Amino acid sequence: MEAFLHYLVPLPVVLPLFAAGLKFALGVRLQRLSQAVSVVALAAVLVIGLVLLFGVDAYGPQVVQVGGWEAPIGITLVADRLSTLMVTVSSAITLCVLVYSVGQGAADQEEATPLAIFYPTFLILVAGVSNAFLAGDLFNMYVGFEILLTSSYVLLTQGGTAARIRTGSTYVVVSLVSSVIFLVAIGLIYGATGTVNMAQLSVRLGELPVQLQLVLQVMLLLAFAIKAAVFPLSAWLPDSYPTAPAPVTAVFAGLLTKVGVYAMIRTQTLLFDNDALNGVLLWAALATMVIGIFGAMSQNDIKRLLSFTLVSHIGYMVFGIGLASLHGLSGAVFYVAHHITVQTTLFLVTGLIERRGGSTSLNDLSGLAKLSPMLGVLFFLPAMNLAGIPPLSGFLGKLGLLQAGVREGTPLAYLLVAGAVLTSLLTLFSIVRMWNYAFWRDPDDGRPVALGTLLESSEDDSVMGPSSPAGISVVGGTRPPIGIGGKAVMTSDVFPPLMLAATVALVVLGVAYTVFAGPLIGYSEATAAELLARTPYVEAVFPGGVR
Amino acid sequence: MSTPSFLLVVTVAVLYSSGFYLLLQRSLMRVVFGILILGHAANLSLLLTDVAITLPPLLGGREGEMSDPLPHAMALTAIVITFGVTTFLLALAYRVWLGDENDEVPDDLEDRRISSLTEPEDSS
Repeated sequence: MEAFLHYLVPLPVVLPLFAAGLKFALGVRLQRLSQAVSVVALAAVLVIGLVLLFGVDAYGPQVVQVGGWEAPIGITLVADRLSTLMVTVSSAITLCVLVYSVGQGAADQEEATPLAIFYPTFLILVAGVSNAFLAGDLFNMYVGFEILLTSSYVLLTQGGTAARIRTGSTYVVVSLVSSVIFLVAIGLIYGATGTVNMAQLSVRLGELPVQLQLVLQVMLLLAFAIKAAVFPLSAWLPDSYPTAPAPVTAVFAGLLTKVGVYAMIRTQTLLFDNDALNGVLLWAALATMVIGIFGAMSQNDIKRLLSFTLVSHIGYMVFGIGLASLHGLSGAVFYVAHHITVQTTLFLVTGLIERRGGSTSLNDLSGLAKLSPMLGVLFFLPAMNLAGIPPLSGFLGKLGLLQAGVREGTPLAYLLVAGAVLTSLLTLFSIVRMWNYAFWRDPDDGRPVALGTLLESSEDDSVMGPSSPAGISVVGGTRPPIGIGGKAVMTSDVFPPLMLAATVALVVLGVAYTVFAGPLIGYSEATAAELLARTPYVEAVFPGGVR
Repeated sequence: MSTPSFLLVVTVAVLYSSGFYLLLQRSLMRVVFGILILGHAANLSLLLTDVAITLPPLLGGREGEMSDPLPHAMALTAIVITFGVTTFLLALAYRVWLGDENDEVPDDLEDRRISSLTEPEDSS
């Protein structure tokens, strides 16, 4: 078993890419076969992820030297505990989102052009995410980032409606700036050390002068913090995510920011073995948490509100990274897994709410608890999970981080503990507000949309120009398009079965984190220990020692 | 160890500053140009990592006779990526222009709506 385990490592990257190519070859003719290809590919990645999860836990990090070129020269793929966990969780999420979008595409009869691009692009995105997680050298990680970003540009501007183009262009420019910073940092690191292999860097970076180390570390963290939406660099996120169709927003919100968090964890543990920037990270975490949640409190649109809670909860993970202790990192790792799942679920449920209520604005929605009790249950569980109500996994994740903060014992750590508790309470406040407006209000208090109404995107071109402040519509705002390809969608109280099944599966997964919290926390503690020790990773890549 | 050409360093610095300057403009087309220039600057700084950059890579075969081929390979990859993304950005800018007849990057509408709630109502 152990001898063959490492052959599985490249598959999470290769399989989705292969499936995407196959889908292009099949074209639009064999719809069902083509859908089956993508679902099978992602299901296979999930199974491989699970096998690797147990394998890596038992036998240590698995390494593949692509093409048989030895480590510092060739491309290295490394699956240690952290990357395997990320690959597994991300494949579970993307599989559910794929099934959801298949259901949505079938229900909206958008079989034509936009959708023929959507699925292959989605698969390439998954390949890029896996590549970023498994990359054993910085440049390959950069390539993984570029693969996932380029496909995310296409997904975000699907259909080419005015609203999506407007927000898409901001997103593309911000992401490109972060990529440029990352690329320059790689160039500088190569110039200073003569390698981009992360295992080798973990030794060589430590030998550089402290000031130079600091410059390189700041550049890497800056690039990743833009992607992860850490506070001063988070302004792009709530603007660009909400206009995309529900499945796209769900996977972006759940997954893409966490790739940035993953890269930050790697930078702070594997690459740089110093604590010079931990204080800065802690302050950034505090600002992200508190300012993000203040933003969420003032929003009237569910998608925007959730985007702001996303920013705010990134702060919890940065908190764990900034503590840099065993318990802090373990809490961060557990929180990443929990948050990917819960945030994705909430955005998928929002997609269902939009189909039932015809809007995502809290001014319009009302009485959903009476109209669709099932939606109520589907929303309530992940929402409470996000707010961290015991005994759900959100509570366990936050508790772990709070304990790590108290154990640290410095005044700054206590300040962050206070900030984290405040954020948790305010998250609960935002969610209760959503619940009261959308679900518990009398159905006639809002502006209910009759069943069978065609939801067209109501974009007024005059609103777009910066010269027309009068164009601000005070109630509701512009309605972004709903269908994946930007087409109009009919409200209905019957959800397509595949969409419902995928959402239920994710809600169940979120609850499963609570049920299996013991083993999961054990795993995340082992992950944190492996990260802090650094030697397992380095020795797996260089069995004969690093030069 | 020799230092890289001073002229090249100055070129990179000028490219960075003009790239970021263009990036901060309101017109999307200028932003696209800014991104292009930044991409060039990044590729040039990759090449700066090698002091023997004036020598050809791979020819010669011994250290001192050739430049390090790895920065070339990395710059090549980065050029391809920048090229593809620039094409996409140009298409986006064209779509924005088609919709609007101007390509200014607008503010976040929802943010403006919320900030308008805090201001007293203008009677005019």
